Amino acid sequence: MRIGLILGIALTALFAGAALLSFLWVPYDITSVDIANKIKPPSTAHPLGTDHFGRDILSMIMVGARTSIAVALVAVGIGMGLGVPLGLAAAANRGSWWDEVIMRGNDLIFAFPSLLIAIMITAAFGASAVNAIIAIGIFNIPVFARLVRGAALSLWIRDYVRAAQVAGKGPLRISTEHILPNVTNLLIVQGTIQFSLGILAEAGLSYVGLGAQPPLPSWGRMLADSQTMISFAPHMALFPGMAILLTVLGLNLLGDGLRDRLDPRLRRQAP
Amino acid sequence: MARYLLNRVTSLIVSLWVASLVIFLSLEVVPGDPASFMLGLNAQEDTLAALREELGLNKGMIERYVSWVSGMLAGDFGISYTYRTPVAEMIGERLWISLPLALYALTLSTLIAFPAGIWAASRRGSWVDFTVMGTTQLGVAIPNFWFAMLMVAVFAINLRWFSAGGFAGWEDGLLVGLKSLTLPAIALALPQASILARVMRSAMLDTLGEDYIRTARAKGLNRGQALRRHALRNAMIPVLTIIGLQFSFLLAGAIIIENVFFLPGLGQLVFKAISARDLIVVESVVMLLVFAVIMVNFAVDLAYAWVDPRLRGR
Repeated sequence: MRIGLILGIALTALFAGAALLSFLWVPYDITSVDIANKIKPPSTAHPLGTDHFGRDILSMIMVGARTSIAVALVAVGIGMGLGVPLGLAAAANRGSWWDEVIMRGNDLIFAFPSLLIAIMITAAFGASAVNAIIAIGIFNIPVFARLVRGAALSLWIRDYVRAAQVAGKGPLRISTEHILPNVTNLLIVQGTIQFSLGILAEAGLSYVGLGAQPPLPSWGRMLADSQTMISFAPHMALFPGMAILLTVLGLNLLGDGLRDRLDPRLRRQAP
Repeated sequence: MARYLLNRVTSLIVSLWVASLVIFLSLEVVPGDPASFMLGLNAQEDTLAALREELGLNKGMIERYVSWVSGMLAGDFGISYTYRTPVAEMIGERLWISLPLALYALTLSTLIAFPAGIWAASRRGSWVDFTVMGTTQLGVAIPNFWFAMLMVAVFAINLRWFSAGGFAGWEDGLLVGLKSLTLPAIALALPQASILARVMRSAMLDTLGEDYIRTARAKGLNRGQALRRHALRNAMIPVLTIIGLQFSFLLAGAIIIENVFFLPGLGQLVFKAISARDLIVVESVVMLLVFAVIMVNFAVDLAYAWVDPRLRGR
C-alpha cells in the first residue's frame, strides 16, 4: 500500500472518529461560557486553547467536524442520487433530445458555482446548514451526471451489453445491472473528491455567514470569529484551519489512493 | 467553421436565456410578497404599496421578467432599494475591484502553474516532481480564506509589508492599487495554481508519450525543443478547459476573499444586499457573475477550435 493512501485513511479516520466521539464525549461542554478563561493559549487543561467565550477549542473542533462531515456527506448524496440516474439515462438514450436536455442542463448548473446558489437560496430563505447542503448538493449533480454518462457511453458498446440487449433486456435493466456496477469504482473515487470539496465549500459558506448558524458549531464560523483576534490570539485561527486542511488533505489522499488501486489501468502504469 | 460558430452562438443564447429564467424564478419563490419581504414585518401599508408599484409587482410575472431582461440588455439593472441608486452604477464601481482581482489571481495562477507543471512532467519521478506534487496536494487542501488570514497575520500585522485590508483605489496609480490586491490575489490563486499545475503536468505527460514526440526527437529535435514545439501546444486543450472553469471559481471565490480583506467589491455588495434583503441587487450580481461564467466558457470553446482544428467539424 502506498504511503499516501495510508496517510489518507489515517487522517480521514482521525476526523471521522473525532466527529463520532463528540456524540458521546467532548472534553468540555461547548455551550457553556467561561469568561474567566477566555482567549487562553494552548495548555494542559485546554490542549488547543480557548476562544473569546472561554469555550474549549478542541471540543469545538470535534463538534464542528460533525457539521462539516454531515453537510458534505449529504451534499455528495444529493449529487449522486440525482446525478447518477441522469447520467445513466443520458447514456442509455445517447444522441436523443433527452440526452441533449440533460447535458445542457448540466452545463447550465456548472455556470452557477455553489457560492452563487447559496447566495440565491440565502437571499430567498435565509442562511442555514440545510441551505448550504442544498447549494453544494446542486453543484454536485452535474459532476456525477457527466462522469457517469462518459463512463457509461464507453460501456454501452461492450459485447456483454450487446449480449444483454440481444437477450431482451431493456435500457433500464442494462443500466442498473450492467452499467452501474461497472462505474461504482469511479463513483467511489469521485465521491471522495466531492466530499473533500464539500468540506471546503461548507467552511467557506459558514465563514461568510451563509452556512451553519449559531449555536451549531462549524469550522468556517470559528475562523470568522477568530479573524479580528488573529494578532493576539493566533491559536484561535490556527487550529480550525488546520482541521479543515488536514481533513481535506486526508480525503484527497484517500481519493488518489483509491483511484490507483481501483483502476487497473493506472495500476499497470504505477512505478 | 461557420456552422460550428452558429451552433456555439445558439447554445450561448439559450444558456443565457435559461440562466436568466432560473435566477428570476428562484427569487420569485421568495415566501410571500417580495415587497413585504424587503421591508420587514413592521412596514406600513402605503410604503408597501409604493414599493410594489416601484418594483412593478402589480404587473404579471411574464411582464416583469421581460422588463427585467430588456432593462439589463440596455444596461439598466433597476434601482437598489436600500441605496436608492441605480444597481448598474453600484456594480460598475465594484467591478473595478473584483474583476482586476480575479484577473490578477488568474495571471498569478498561470505564471506559477505552467512552469511548475511542465518542470514536474519533464523530470517525472525525480525529487522535483515529488516536491511539486506534494506542494500542490497541500495547495488544493488549504481553505483559501484561511490562507489569506494567515498571510494577513504574517505580512500585514507582523512584517507590515502590506495593509491588512481595504483598497487604496486606482487614483494613486496602478501599482498602489495592485499592491492592495496582492495578498488577496495570492490567496485566490494558490488553490487554482495547484490544480492547474497538476493538470498541466498530466497533460504534458500524456502528450510526451505520443508518437509525434518520438518522431520529432527522431528528426533531431532535442528534448526541450520537442517539448516546446509539439508537446506544449497539444497539452493546452485540457489546460484551457481548466483555466476556463477556474475563472468562474475565481470570480465567485473573490466574493469570499474580499471578505477577509474588507475589499469593497462585488462580494461586499452582495452580502450587504442579502442582509438588507435587497433582492434587486442580489439578482443583478448573480446574473452578472453567471453571465461572465457562460461567456468565458464560450470563449474557451472557441479557443479549443483554434488550438485543435479537428474539433471544428464536430
